[in-house]
Amino acid sequence: MSEKEVKNMEEIFEARIARDEKIEPKDWMPEKYRKTHIRQISQHAHSEVVGMLPEGNWITRAPSLRRKAALLAKVQDEAGHGLYLYSATETLGISREELYDQLHSGKAKYSSIFNYPSITWADIGAIGWLVDGAAIINQVALCGTSFGPYARAMVRICKEESFHQRQGYEIMLTLCNGTPEQKEMAQDALNRWWWPSLMMFGPRDEDSPHTAQSMKWKLKRKTNDELRQQFVDQTVPQADILGITIPDPDMTYNPETGHYEFGEIDWDEFWQVVKGHGPCNKERMEARVGAWERGSWVREAAMSYAEKQEKKKIAKAS
Amino acid sequence: MKNQDLYNYILGIADNSLILGQRLGELCGHGPNLETDIALTNIALDLFGQTRSYYQYAARIAGDGKTEDDVAMLRVERDYKNVLLVEQPNTHFGHVIARQYLFDVFHLLLMTELQNSKDETLAAVARKGIKEVSYHQRFSGDWLKRLGDGTEESRTKMQEAIDHFWPYTAELFDTTESDQKMIKSGIGVDVSLLKESYYKEVTETLEEATLDVPENPYFKKGGKQGIHTEHMGFLLTELQYMQRTYPNMSW
Repeated sequence: MSEKEVKNMEEIFEARIARDEKIEPKDWMPEKYRKTHIRQISQHAHSEVVGMLPEGNWITRAPSLRRKAALLAKVQDEAGHGLYLYSATETLGISREELYDQLHSGKAKYSSIFNYPSITWADIGAIGWLVDGAAIINQVALCGTSFGPYARAMVRICKEESFHQRQGYEIMLTLCNGTPEQKEMAQDALNRWWWPSLMMFGPRDEDSPHTAQSMKWKLKRKTNDELRQQFVDQTVPQADILGITIPDPDMTYNPETGHYEFGEIDWDEFWQVVKGHGPCNKERMEARVGAWERGSWVREAAMSYAEKQEKKKIAKAS
Repeated sequence: MKNQDLYNYILGIADNSLILGQRLGELCGHGPNLETDIALTNIALDLFGQTRSYYQYAARIAGDGKTEDDVAMLRVERDYKNVLLVEQPNTHFGHVIARQYLFDVFHLLLMTELQNSKDETLAAVARKGIKEVSYHQRFSGDWLKRLGDGTEESRTKMQEAIDHFWPYTAELFDTTESDQKMIKSGIGVDVSLLKESYYKEVTETLEEATLDVPENPYFKKGGKQGIHTEHMGFLLTELQYMQRTYPNMSW
C-alpha cells in the first residue's frame, strides 16, 4: 500500500471511530491500533489469570462449604474471563503461546493489585468488594470501546463481575455483623486493600502516557482520575453501611461538588509494585511459570494423542 | 443418636466427595492450561454440591442444632470415613487423573444403584448427581487415554500413576458394620457386588490407553475405619482451619 493509500485508509478508519462504529478483526486498522489493543486486552486477560492466585489461596481454607463452593465458582469465572479475553486478543493475529511467553518473561503486565497478599478470610471479602468494584468501573467504561470483540467480552464479563462484587460485599457484611473479632478482621482487610484499590485506576491523568491516544480511539472513554473519583464516591457510603472506616484521614465530602475528596496516593509504592517489587510479584510469576512448565508434558501428550487419532481416522477412511 | 448407622452410612459416601473436592480445590489456578483448570474446578463444584446435600441430611439426623459445616469440618481425623484413595496428594497431573478415574468409575456405579435406595433423600441426591458423575468419568477417562497413548514420557508417567493408585482400589468394595445394616434394610448399596463391573470397565479403558493392568495383589485399606494415611492430617488442617480458629461464628 502506498503512503497515500494508507493515509486514506486511516482517515476512513478515524471517521468510523468518530461515528461510534465497531471495528471488527477483519477490518483494516492502523498497526498502532492493533498493537495497543493486543497490549491492553492481553494485559486484561493476564490479570484475570494471575488474579486467580490470591483468591485461590483461600479455597482450601474457606470457612464454610457454602463459601468454599462460591469461591471456587468465582475463581472459575475468572479462568473463563481469561479464556475469552485471550480469544479476543488472538483475533488480532497473535497466538496464545506468544501471549503466555510475554507474561512469563515479564514483558507483558497484569494488574498490580494481584501482587498484594491475601492473608485472612476477610481479604476474600475485600477483594470482591473493592477490587471487583474497581474493575467493574473500569470495565463498564470499556463496554463501549471501539474494538468489537473486546466490547462484547466486556459486556459479558461485567455481568459476572457485578455478581462477584455483591458476593464480596456480602462476605464483608457478614463479618461486620459478626463478632468483634470478625469485624476487626474486616477493618484490617479494608486498611490493607483500600489504597492499592485506588491505584488500580493507574497513574494520574497528567502522568498517564497512553491516555490521549486511547481516548481518541475510544479504547478508553473516561480518564483514570475520573474513574477513580467515581469509585471513591461509590465506595465510601458502602463502608459507612458496614460500619468500618476508610483508612484516609483526609477523606471529606464536598457538598458543593457532590464528591468525596481524598488524600494523596503513595505513588512511590505504586511504581515500586508496577516495576516488579511488590509484596508478591515474584510469587505470582513463579506460580504461573511453574504451572505452565509442569503442564508441558500434558499439553504435548494431548497434541500427540490428537495426531494419532487423526491418522487412525484417515487410515480407516482410505 | 437414633439413626447412627444411617448417619455413618451417609458420611461414608459424603466424605469421599468432600476430601476429593478439597484435593481438586488445591489445584485451582495451577493446572496445565485454562481449559483443564475450568473442568477440574467444575468437578470439584459438583462434588461439593453433592456433599452439602449429604451433610445437611446427616446434620438433621444428628440433631442438636448441628449444621452441615459442623459435620463436614468439626470431626477428628479418626471419624472421617473416606477411602484412602481420595486423600492422596496431587503429585502431578497424571496422579490427579489416575486418582480421579479410579474413583469416578466406582462413583458412577454407586450412584446408579443408590438411585434405588429406599431412603428418598439419598435416592434423590443420586438421581441429581448421576449426570455429573458420568461427565466426571468421561473427562478423567478421556485424559487417561490421552496421557497413556500420548508421548513416551506421558505413558511412563501415567503408568507410574496407575501403579501407584492401584493398591487403593480394593477398599472401595469393603463394607463396614453400618453399611451392612443399611444394605439389609434396603437403604444402602452393596458395593461388594460392584467389584466385577468396576475392574472390567477399568481394564478396558487401560487397554485402550495402551497401559498395563497392574498385577500387584497387595492392597491398602483403613479409610473406612478412620485409619488414614499421613497425608490426611495436613488436608484436614487446611479444611478445618477457620472453624477451629474461630469457633461458633457465622460466615
